[in-house]
Amino acid sequence: MTIAISLKDVHKVYANGSEALKGISLDVEQGDFFALLGPNGAGKTTIIGIISTLVNKTAGSVEVFGKRVDTHIYETKLDFGVVPQEINFSQFERVRDIVMTQAGYYGLPHKLASQRCEKYLRKLGLWEKRNERSRTLSGGMKRRLMIARALVHEPRLLILDEPTAGVDIELRRSMWEFLTEINNKGTTIILTTHYLEEAEQLCRNIAIIDEGKIIEKTSMKSLLADLDSQVYILDSAAELPAQLSLDLSNTGLRRIDGHSFEVTVSGDQSINEVFSRLDQQGVQVSSMRNKTNRLEQLFLARLRDS
Amino acid sequence: MFANHKLIAFETIVIKEVRRFSRIWLQTLVPPAIMITLYFVIFGNLVGRRIGEMGGFQYMEFIVPGLIMMSVIQNSYSNVVSSFFSHKFQRSIEELLVSPVPNYVILTGFIAGGMARGLAVGAIVTITAMFFTDLSIQYPWITIAVILLTSIVFSLAGFINAVFANSFDDISIIPTFVLTPLIYLGGVFYSSQLLPPFWQFVSGLNPIFYMVNTFRYGILGSSDVNVYWAFLILGVFIGVLYSSCIWLLRRGTGIRS
Ligand SMILES: Nc1ncnc2c1ncn2[C@@H]1O[C@H](COP(=O)(O)OP(=O)(O)OP(=O)(O)O)[C@@H](O)[C@H]1O
Ligand SMILES: [Mg+2]
Repeated sequence: MTIAISLKDVHKVYANGSEALKGISLDVEQGDFFALLGPNGAGKTTIIGIISTLVNKTAGSVEVFGKRVDTHIYETKLDFGVVPQEINFSQFERVRDIVMTQAGYYGLPHKLASQRCEKYLRKLGLWEKRNERSRTLSGGMKRRLMIARALVHEPRLLILDEPTAGVDIELRRSMWEFLTEINNKGTTIILTTHYLEEAEQLCRNIAIIDEGKIIEKTSMKSLLADLDSQVYILDSAAELPAQLSLDLSNTGLRRIDGHSFEVTVSGDQSINEVFSRLDQQGVQVSSMRNKTNRLEQLFLARLRDS
Repeated sequence: MFANHKLIAFETIVIKEVRRFSRIWLQTLVPPAIMITLYFVIFGNLVGRRIGEMGGFQYMEFIVPGLIMMSVIQNSYSNVVSSFFSHKFQRSIEELLVSPVPNYVILTGFIAGGMARGLAVGAIVTITAMFFTDLSIQYPWITIAVILLTSIVFSLAGFINAVFANSFDDISIIPTFVLTPLIYLGGVFYSSQLLPPFWQFVSGLNPIFYMVNTFRYGILGSSDVNVYWAFLILGVFIGVLYSSCIWLLRRGTGIRS
């Protein structure tokens, strides 16, 4: 399996002393649709900045399709396209010129450049706007323009930093469709997002990052399974029986010590059922608490921020 | 990147630069033309008639080369400094930094853009001058070489200014407080032979003095300085400034965090 991008123990300390990344290691396979999820200030944009060389890393290594970004500058850069979080095209240029200029930076001959430019501007619904100055576009159109710009050299890897921030739900869905389509055609995609729903809709794998560290790396499926269930810690007054089993589907049980155990209950399972099974086995629950879920905390923090 | 890709990238930058200053021609091409015309009318025509001869030529003839040079210097510098800074300011410089374009192609692209504007304005001024005086060029090759090299020097200098600039004020400080005085004291309006020995010596420390005088030599055939010295100075400046720019780009000063 080819690795599209590999980060090894990447650190970043900005000039003002702020430690944005504290040892990020991450592999994304070719063909994957990968989400970097995390609250404001987690370090997502810094990671993308380091991959795309806009940010100088303090330590660690970055490889794109097996080649180090700092030694194989040209090969690696041809392989990826970046859609940044903030608008970074000239506000005075025309839409078409912005895409054509980008094509020129990647060495595309004029004819090929104009074909690609038309192709992607049409796909992103901007062809009618091609002669407008970019500052006259709406926020959503500006985002789409940056996607068209990132695709004009048809990179194998597309990196998007919050592509749907501030985009209405309808447009967001059409962007999702578009991204899924190009991923199905083989482009590896990495995106950062605040929207769990977005990652859920699109991505196969996910890394959750907080305060410059990856706190969870998993497949979207198992993350959703986790999110969908609650974990309780139950204590029993008496010593637990040697054999303890709930025998319920969608419910897990894990012994912690002689008096306490953990029960995982999925969303559609009633907790009453759990209690009656325990009762049958002579277990008297003396106290019960919700196990704090790091993810949940994270999402709460996210809600608080927004 | 293959050589032909680099060439395409270079052309792209140059076209973008030319498009930028042509789009805002009212700010970039017209003001220098008006200013220089005023110089011709006031200094050349009205005051000049009273002055009579300077360095062996009619005053009007004498100042024409200096004014052409002045416009090339100012416009080459100002094109690169304002364009590169506005790329930084609007963050569109990121388009280039993320792309595979090598640093030297980025630099030469901006330099070519600065030269294009400097020479365009130089041409406008030259044409304007022809309404006021007869221009015949004594040494065309020297004239062309000096103007091209000078334009490179000040484009490079403008680039360095832009790299360090953090605000719009920062891009006007050097032109106002350094460049303009050096140009005015660089023998645009007078021959250094009028100066007392001490001030002649001080003039000799001003690089622009050599450029203006060599350009005047190319056009009129007479100069206050040794022409070889001038080319040597131009060469050294280009070498030092170019290497500094490449070094700054590689470090990412002012553009990568
Ligand atoms: N240029 C910079 N100079 C100094 N500190 C910076 C710089 N850019 C980012 N930081 C700091 O680095 C940390 C990570 O920022 P980053 O932009 O990577 O977060 P993020 O995950 O993209 O957040 P958001 O979701 O808000 O976009 C933050 O604490 C931020 O203040
Ligand atoms: Mg960010």
